[in-house]
Amino acid sequence: MNLMPLPPLSLALTTYARKVALSHPGLFRRLGEYSHTRFVLDPTDLPFAICLEPNGGTPSVTVTRGHAEGAARIAGPLAALLGLVHGAFDGDALFFSRDLVIEGETGAALALRNAVDDAELDLFGEISQRSGPFAEPLQHIIAFAERRTGVCLTRPEEIEAW
Amino acid sequence: MEIVCPAGTPAALRAAVKAGAHTVYCGFNDETNARNFPGLNFDRAEMREGVAFAHSHGSKVLVAINTFPRAGDEAIWQSAVSDAESSRADAVILADPGLLDYAARVHPGLRRHLSVQAAAANADVINFYARCFGVKRVVLPRVLSVPEIAAINAETEVETEVFVFGGLCVMAEGRCSLSSYATGRSPNMNGVCSPASHVVYREDDGVLDARLGGYTIHRVGAGESAPYPTLCKGCFNAGDKAGHLFEDPVSLNAEQLIPQLKSAGVTALKIEGRQRSRSYVAQVVRNFRKAVDALAADQPIPKGMLTYLSEGQATTTGAYKKTWR
Repeated sequence: MNLMPLPPLSLALTTYARKVALSHPGLFRRLGEYSHTRFVLDPTDLPFAICLEPNGGTPSVTVTRGHAEGAARIAGPLAALLGLVHGAFDGDALFFSRDLVIEGETGAALALRNAVDDAELDLFGEISQRSGPFAEPLQHIIAFAERRTGVCLTRPEEIEAW
Repeated sequence: MEIVCPAGTPAALRAAVKAGAHTVYCGFNDETNARNFPGLNFDRAEMREGVAFAHSHGSKVLVAINTFPRAGDEAIWQSAVSDAESSRADAVILADPGLLDYAARVHPGLRRHLSVQAAAANADVINFYARCFGVKRVVLPRVLSVPEIAAINAETEVETEVFVFGGLCVMAEGRCSLSSYATGRSPNMNGVCSPASHVVYREDDGVLDARLGGYTIHRVGAGESAPYPTLCKGCFNAGDKAGHLFEDPVSLNAEQLIPQLKSAGVTALKIEGRQRSRSYVAQVVRNFRKAVDALAADQPIPKGMLTYLSEGQATTTGAYKKTWR
């Protein structure tokens, strides 16, 4: 990962983020006064950080090595961040247990957390759905990776209990 | 018994309903409700859709309009009541006597519940709200023991709803000025206790500081749970002692007291946490639905695994088993 070229990754993530913005317009609307805030998402077990600029619904993503500047920083293991995005974990519980660290504008971090939670995202599920003939094999690969790593790569299926 | 569950977002509402909530409570995305946090709550269209979703699954929706209107701006709160009714909500949860009077006069067909923000803690005042404003249910403040709740129920026809899980509030809700003092923003009027815009966490060498409005209110070492950012749960020096002067940073969990609460005449069990995620909502609702179903079937209450979801990662039965220090 240390050798991964970051500009292509940034471009790919920006393209994907804009597709998410189109399919989940409520996500960026929910950010309200923070819809132009620069967020730093820092998977602490990876050698880079992700800067997300919502730009009022036309997001851009920049991947950087080393220190990244932003108004709000949310840091934690990749598994915690992906579990949070997919609604598998509770953000407050992760924060109180100190699996997640929040720095900078707490209001911005809270708005992003709430907006993402409401959007019911399924990051890799949506990627595989857009992969045409590769969708099915990709789903198998994702499911295999989830089983092997324990990382929540897709939105857990909701069970209607009653 | 009825389980009344929180929903800060439409996704949380759907999660609560799917997890077995009999009733969900939520609020509009403005200062009319006491959880006016960034990224939370419902716009008018989302409220209509949420109510329709809940009704299609056999659940009810209560709309919390439980802050106190500013003089001269009553129209904001009055339109919230009107919009709750047009959303086909099953009831509104109100605290302000003026707004209760408005709702009773202008929307007499809309069921009215008395919010915990009204801090109605005895039968006389509860009966006053019922007589004057047609209140059908009261959410009791978290200061009463189970025998005290039973005594209230013996003297009123108004349904009682009590908190069974989630964050605790200092003594008489609706009358706390700690957060207002530190931030200039009022929980009871602006709907924001410890507004996130005034909260700062700073970690240095594993030591984590929580600050509210510029005041350091708690500092914990590496390995300790992160502190909750409210003054009431802060840690302070007083004389030669350091400690939690107002209340310990623990969360309410009264799941094992549900049979006693039922015997005390309680109608509904309320779960706190509109600021929490849909994951929290689903897990807590599922847990409490199992508990009340077990009670209805004369089975023992299953012991849940909810401590890790609690604020401060520690729980208490609060005033229900009152021990003062």
